[in-house]
Amino acid sequence: MTDKIVISEENEEFLAKVSEISGQVITLCDQCGTCSGGCPMVTEMDLTPSQMMRMVQMGQREVLDSKAIWYCASCFTCTVRCPRGLDLSKVAEALRQITLRRAVDYIDINNFPKDDLARLPQIALVAGMRKFTG
Amino acid sequence: MGADSHRLPYYPGCTLKTRASNFEATALATARALGMDLVEIPRWNCCGTVFSLTDDDLIHHVGPVRNLIRVEQMNRDGLVDGETRLVTLCSMCFNTLKRANLRMRERPGDLETINEFMDTEDDYEGSVEVVHFLELLRDDGFAAVRDRVEIPLTGLKVAPYYGCMLLRPGGVGIDDPEEPTILDDLLSALGAEAVYNHYMKVCCGSYQAMHDKYAVAGLVHDILSHARAGGADAIATSCPLCAHNLDSGQREVKEMHPDFEEMPVFYFTELTALAFGLEPELSSDPHYVSREHLLKRRRLPVL
Repeated sequence: MTDKIVISEENEEFLAKVSEISGQVITLCDQCGTCSGGCPMVTEMDLTPSQMMRMVQMGQREVLDSKAIWYCASCFTCTVRCPRGLDLSKVAEALRQITLRRAVDYIDINNFPKDDLARLPQIALVAGMRKFTG
Repeated sequence: MGADSHRLPYYPGCTLKTRASNFEATALATARALGMDLVEIPRWNCCGTVFSLTDDDLIHHVGPVRNLIRVEQMNRDGLVDGETRLVTLCSMCFNTLKRANLRMRERPGDLETINEFMDTEDDYEGSVEVVHFLELLRDDGFAAVRDRVEIPLTGLKVAPYYGCMLLRPGGVGIDDPEEPTILDDLLSALGAEAVYNHYMKVCCGSYQAMHDKYAVAGLVHDILSHARAGGADAIATSCPLCAHNLDSGQREVKEMHPDFEEMPVFYFTELTALAFGLEPELSSDPHYVSREHLLKRRRLPVL
């Protein structure tokens, strides 16, 4: 039996949106898996970085619901290793931004454990707020 | 400082003034001992900590560029003399400021937009070069560091930890992104033994400290366990966020692995100050894992 994959206009629009925000030619990814092999956070992720790229190529908006895009630590390991010269950190950032730009935060700072907040240095707070809140 | 010390613009950043104040104090003392006077740039503001990775949005580059404008003003005002290198200590500030600067150079249209947006500031002319203190030491020659050592750190086995922001992406980092040696070379110049750690450039979890401290602890465990297996007594870094995760994160590592043997964390400038025999004024040790026991065991002065 043959499964037919239909790329709808909506799928195309999503790919175009992520490409615009990230500045990356996402269709260049040929799914070699180098990014997933080197990602330090991959064990925490529900999608590997290469699966994330594939979903964006196919215009699957469900990628926005993944934990993976929020576990990216922007460490740029994939960026220096991608044989196609793609910057996956920018793609993950674009995916986070699509949610954050709607003023939907990923972490709730008001309910953040007070003890943990007191332990964190400014550098962690500023970086975390930049990445997890809009 | 001596009349012949060379004045360079210096950007501290938020954490160097608070939790990592001993990083700053030991770095400034180290610089002075080598004939450099790091002059704090007037009215500096937050660099933003993380370089904005979006292509379609410039607002997060305004903060970094404003700091670069201050460096050009310092030259005009005579605070420094024809010195457009901006020295950073924090790896994240280094990365964010350097990348914002590169974007302004590579995309003149973006610079024009930002200059127009900040219409009460002088225009940024693009003359600044953002450098990290470590590369300054390397480029002046680690021989000068070696010559200045009074108390060689003999017997101290230290695993260099580079993390992400000193090395990546390529073209921004200060050394080879896959096989860096700059921290190893510095430690050797101080008489310490630099221990190879396969995890030296694996991310510590960074700002995930604000999202999932146990995910961070998993990485911290791997980084420190590999350093220990290689024979290291301690780990050295240049990033206040790495230092926090590697040190304070050991609390969660102990929860997850009760047999884990704790490891002290140093800023590289704490080790230069120690080896140079400097005694800058330090605040009380803000570390989770004490360094005192190790330093005494190696018959070194306690910071």
